Amino acid sequence: MSTYAGTVQRAGSRLIEPTSVGAIGVTLGVIAFVLAIPPIAARSPLWPILVGIVAILFGVVAASRGAYRVGFGAIAAGALGAGLAVLATRSSTAHLNQVFTASLIASMLVFATPLTFGALGGIFSERSGVVNIGLEGMMLMGAFWGIWGADKTGSWVWGVLIAMASGGALALVHAFFAIHLRADQIVGGVAVNFLALGITGYFFVQLYHGENVPTGVSQIPDVQLTSDSSHGFFADSFGHLNLMIWIAMLFVVLTYIVLFKTPIGLRIRACGEHPRAADTVGINVYAIRYGAVILSGILAAMGGAYLTVGYLNTYNENVTAGRGFIALAAVIFGNWRPFGAFGAALLFGFSTALAYRLPVYSSNAAVLFQALPYVLTLIAVAGVIGRTVPPAADGRPYKKQ
Amino acid sequence: MSESLAPRQTSSEPDGIQQEPPQTVASRLALWHRAGGIVVPILTVILAFLIGGLLVLGTGHNPIQAYWDIIKGAGLNWLAHPTNTDVANTAAYNFSQTLLQTTPLILTGLAVAFAFRCGMFNIGGNGQYLVGLFVANWVGISFVNMTKPAHILLGIAAAAAAGAIWAGIAGFLKATTGAHEVITTIMLNWVAYWIGNYIFQQGGPLQGAANKPLDIPISGDVAQSAKLPVFWGDADLQGLHIGFFIAIASLVVFWLILNRTTLGYEVRAVGYNPDAAAYGGIKVRTNYVRAMAISGAFAGLAGGLDMLGYLYHFGTTDVQASSIGFLGIAVALLGRNTAVGVGLAAFLFGALLYGTTHGLQSGTIDPSLAGHLTEMIQGLVVLFVGADVLILAVWNSRRKLQRKSRATQAAPEPEAASS
Repeated sequence: MSTYAGTVQRAGSRLIEPTSVGAIGVTLGVIAFVLAIPPIAARSPLWPILVGIVAILFGVVAASRGAYRVGFGAIAAGALGAGLAVLATRSSTAHLNQVFTASLIASMLVFATPLTFGALGGIFSERSGVVNIGLEGMMLMGAFWGIWGADKTGSWVWGVLIAMASGGALALVHAFFAIHLRADQIVGGVAVNFLALGITGYFFVQLYHGENVPTGVSQIPDVQLTSDSSHGFFADSFGHLNLMIWIAMLFVVLTYIVLFKTPIGLRIRACGEHPRAADTVGINVYAIRYGAVILSGILAAMGGAYLTVGYLNTYNENVTAGRGFIALAAVIFGNWRPFGAFGAALLFGFSTALAYRLPVYSSNAAVLFQALPYVLTLIAVAGVIGRTVPPAADGRPYKKQ
Repeated sequence: MSESLAPRQTSSEPDGIQQEPPQTVASRLALWHRAGGIVVPILTVILAFLIGGLLVLGTGHNPIQAYWDIIKGAGLNWLAHPTNTDVANTAAYNFSQTLLQTTPLILTGLAVAFAFRCGMFNIGGNGQYLVGLFVANWVGISFVNMTKPAHILLGIAAAAAAGAIWAGIAGFLKATTGAHEVITTIMLNWVAYWIGNYIFQQGGPLQGAANKPLDIPISGDVAQSAKLPVFWGDADLQGLHIGFFIAIASLVVFWLILNRTTLGYEVRAVGYNPDAAAYGGIKVRTNYVRAMAISGAFAGLAGGLDMLGYLYHFGTTDVQASSIGFLGIAVALLGRNTAVGVGLAAFLFGALLYGTTHGLQSGTIDPSLAGHLTEMIQGLVVLFVGADVLILAVWNSRRKLQRKSRATQAAPEPEAASS
């Protein structure tokens, strides 16, 4: 009995911790916006504004108790949610129904998946102390060699495996220069991006003459949770998502467990925070860093493979078009944590998905919406919403003694 | 540059734990300058071309023939008989085009180099180049009633200012919040990219009036009064404009600022060691903003000269394909962040850029294939040039060689004396 009461008390005290208060505020901010869009579609701006104000209050409380990051996040979410909701109440229901369908969630997940893979890769690499600007290049390698593999072998499984190998190989180059040759990691990453652009471009011309885009290649299948004919919120949003989308979500959980609940994760983080100390207790810093960087290449390449083999089912030059850099932004925005990065990837994916639908309102401004992830990251690194804290030894070459 | 992405640790280390000696920008820069001379860059380029050649060979083309075609494509064979400046001559025309490509590369190279000398890595050259280009396009289309010199001057100045502001954002964020300039400049690149896609698209603010709905969206041409005078070749056939001399002058200005002004002294001091500079009374933060702004002005100027010099208009596909600013990174690193080095490296990449694409004539290697060869060589150059241990090895072997040659010089002397 007493233990039960204790549990309740502990749960209660956790609820009024400033971070929880802030999290509730963020949720309320989102709700404020959700109220104004289908299926609820409140036509009066009163309710969204009220909920938005409550969200801001929660944020103020959280921030005043020291949880600046989530507190200011709640204030921003409340203000944005209420503001967007007011805009939504002013637009016609027909337009709203066109934009905010359940399939918006599906397309958000589609756009978030390459980012998620890339961001998880970035987290592994940077947590081990190697900055990886080359995510974009590794993703591009995966995108090209993935579709090439699926095309030549006739099986998407081989396509994805070949993609992973190509991304890992490029990551190995980065790792060798960053770890053994102690080259500047940012310079190395820039070089890796150029290399990937050159290699994929060269072989795209060599193998496909730059225009014979392979079509009808073996594609990664969708996971059918509901029958094709059924409709409804669940069927439209999660009913037939691509296999890789589920794998990406699974990997987020796996990455969290590996990094924070296993000895190997502790070693990786030790190499990123204080390599000398890690070395002293017998951890092979070089081996860990090699492993982490190569893993990051493999993961980024899976994101690229999803893009071509899973989603587009074709390839065109430089198909990733900056997604690797958004993944990098997601790493920073998510504060080098798997769930944080996944949240950022979802946010960025949502903004892209929305950008493709906003032309209903204004075809011109919708394009600008695509810059949102980059602007948000600028705000995040500037420390407006709490300071982002990278691993202490991120970017520093380590020299064995 | 070697400083980590982590904020500088101000708290003292716990007792007994020896942090490894910080690899400061100073030590790295000094190493690069000491070890380099011209040996490492040349070795780097040769190595990169060798590997590129191997790839060409591996995919069933003749690398020697391919490289010879690229050299001819860049018009370098014109140097054998430079008196014939008639652009009807292919070699002369190709050479003028190589110089045309060299012009923005010098400036974007200087943009990276200047920030580097202040200990910062400006990856945002492409974004700064793009905003310079946008602003120059806008100025060139508007203000049509101005006289030619005034219009040109306004366009160039506005482009440089736009670049300076764009890079200044990154400098300001670094100075005030400590946000790492690599991250912020990357993000600013993509913001500029999407702004470009916005303003030139169908119905965008700078989209040209002559554009038909289903065309690839493109801006209007800049007014005749804003076009830079062409001094070699024909303006209608992409002649070489006087912006080339502005770029050369910028090399001199870069050298003068860094080596002959207080500003340059402060910038270099901050680059070598910000803590020591602060101790010496130099305002480190102010210098971050200033150095980034000057650096961005170079890149913005590159965009302005390209727009008013030979592009005259721009479209969304051009925005998506633009990579001059990224090439600037390779130019600066290969040129060792010095004025002369940047000039030479820009010429090399300018020749490579034109020689592998438009200039390439013969059928040994497909121009689109060769174009990607440029990207690969660029990547390899950046990769090798950044490797400290590689540089150290060259430096050590050079010293060993010098010692050996000194020893061999010293050794015969007694014999000579005795005989």
